[in-house]
Amino acid sequence: MLATRVFRLVGNRTLSTSICLRGGHGVAKVEDYTLPAYFDRRESPLPDIKFVQQLSPEQKSLKEKEKGSWAALSKEEKIALYRISFKESFAEMDKGTGEWKSVVAGIFFFIGFTGLVVLWQRKYVYGDVPHTFDAEYKQKEVQRMLDMRINPVEGFSAKWDYENNAWKK
Amino acid sequence: MSLVKPAMRGLLAKRLRFHLPIAFGLALVAAVAFKFTVTEPRKQAYADFYKHYDSMKEFSAMREAGVFESVRPTGK
Repeated sequence: MLATRVFRLVGNRTLSTSICLRGGHGVAKVEDYTLPAYFDRRESPLPDIKFVQQLSPEQKSLKEKEKGSWAALSKEEKIALYRISFKESFAEMDKGTGEWKSVVAGIFFFIGFTGLVVLWQRKYVYGDVPHTFDAEYKQKEVQRMLDMRINPVEGFSAKWDYENNAWKK
Repeated sequence: MSLVKPAMRGLLAKRLRFHLPIAFGLALVAAVAFKFTVTEPRKQAYADFYKHYDSMKEFSAMREAGVFESVRPTGK
């Protein structure tokens, strides 16, 4: 019974589409984004459609003239024909936008802001450094490293003069 | 209307022919430069250090400074 009801609906639809061809009801509205679009892109130089779709009367007459000999066209007319078919020339579309300046400015700004955040953190968030950073502690640490002959060939202790108890000049 | 037909094949081979010798050359130069600015001086530094190295003297000095746990400084 369900099948027959479905069959009736399907039957109705086929009937209505044949009516539609005359009535226009039931055909989906054509959205703009489904139609061929114009785009300026270096890698595909010939877009699907011309740039100017609705020609003014002068443009229409120019198109008629284009059907004749092209040698008869003046320079301005040739440029006008180009501009009908295309929006930007290759030189124009390849031109840089200068966007990088805004990007770099933004980078510097946020780095600066981060610096302010870090300064605030140092003052209000971090506790004291360990006692191992005190001056006398560091002095004892250096003395112990020299006593142990840390890196005596090319590194730390190599720069200490053990005879005169001072750093080498 | 008489444009030259551009090269259609062998583009990578042409690029490699040019760049590979340069790459190998630069790598070689880098290795040789490293050898003569880093490894040779380092080897010489170690040779000089150990030419007149008195290990017992160094050991005694370290012992007196008190850095060892196995031997105490001489004296109390």
